[in-house]
Amino acid sequence: MAHTQDEVLSGLAEIVNEIAGIPQEDVELDKSFTDDLDVDSLSMVEVVVAAEERFDVKIPDDEVKNLKTVGDAVNYILTNAA
Amino acid sequence: MTAVPQIRPVTGAAHSRIHGVGGYRPVRVVPNSEVLEWIDSSDEWIRTRSGITERRWAGPEESVAEMSVQAAGKAIAQAGITADQIGAVIVSTVSHFKQTPAVATEISLKLGCPTAPAFDISAACAGFGYGINLADGMIRGGSAEYVLVIGVERLSDMTDVHDRSTAFIFGDGAGAAVVGPSDTPGIGKVVWGSDATQKDLISQTEAWDTAFAKPDAINGSTGDEARWPALRMDGQPVFRWAVWEMAKVAQQALDAAGVTADQLGAFIPHQANMRITDAMIKALKLPASVPVARDIAETGNTSAASIPLAMERMLQTGEAKSGDLALIIGFGAGLVYAAAVVTLP
Repeated sequence: MAHTQDEVLSGLAEIVNEIAGIPQEDVELDKSFTDDLDVDSLSMVEVVVAAEERFDVKIPDDEVKNLKTVGDAVNYILTNAA
Repeated sequence: MTAVPQIRPVTGAAHSRIHGVGGYRPVRVVPNSEVLEWIDSSDEWIRTRSGITERRWAGPEESVAEMSVQAAGKAIAQAGITADQIGAVIVSTVSHFKQTPAVATEISLKLGCPTAPAFDISAACAGFGYGINLADGMIRGGSAEYVLVIGVERLSDMTDVHDRSTAFIFGDGAGAAVVGPSDTPGIGKVVWGSDATQKDLISQTEAWDTAFAKPDAINGSTGDEARWPALRMDGQPVFRWAVWEMAKVAQQALDAAGVTADQLGAFIPHQANMRITDAMIKALKLPASVPVARDIAETGNTSAASIPLAMERMLQTGEAKSGDLALIIGFGAGLVYAAAVVTLP
């Protein structure tokens, strides 16, 4: 099932909120996970695994380090989700 | 010509269980403040990334063999046997730097069981579970009545104190268990295995022979502290494997034992990182009523020693009780893993 950008962004915001306690409204496309949202490297893995489940997408370990911003993650999911 | 005689069948015990557990923690406490003399970090950063507040580092007298003897002595005492009843000594370590003879022989001599079969295994942080599995098979197979399983490490000797991602993690210590015969099953099926495709995720930076060939240029550092090869790991993929793949393995161990999570008296995962433990609890959907080993806070990651050390502490503090069921799971460099439900001694 194809997702819209808004769906993926709001889904990611829920995940980031649940895992890292960041307010959902702060999770915006141009925000850096580490610098702006204070999501550390291990929480990032938790976010990735939760996103894989939610959006039926595989995000390999090598790809995780390329997902610097929320927008990077949204684009990856939009491009690769089943 | 006479008929070839049939070899007499070997018979062992019906079941096995852990009869005693003991640990040894080095005297010297290394708080986060000391680690911060070597790396640019903060106490809060270390605590939130690992849950570690302090670790123990062994001194010159606290050798791999000596720490093992201390831990084993306690395990043997709790088991209510004498050292001469030990039918085999299995030692899991990656930080004993004399490859032969096996350190297990030195330990057996010091303990007073110098004729017992004695050998070392290398299974990193899964070493205790690998040893328990071997012991269980040996006891039920009839090749030993009591087997001493020891996990022991001096990981401080393999720590690059200038590596900001690992300098705060590792600790030293020894844990031992006496495994012996039992009328009822005290060790469930050990679910063990490896994922060798990920063998490079956690490893020694360099082989000893190449390291010795260039003693001044190891780890890109010229300091005295970095003269040995060190342990390095790739945090994110290790975290993913340790949490979600190991949660599946833990569930398999529960299923194989016919036990549900709510029936556990303790969950004793390898003390790798508090964040791994916390995430694994979530992935495993472990009921909040099950006490969880959190020995890492004051002990650091002691690889093969961490499960028996944590087990001893939970029994000492009363967090877990003798006779309760515990789920143990070790996982680490290899990647290798071993999980089982055991009855606490």
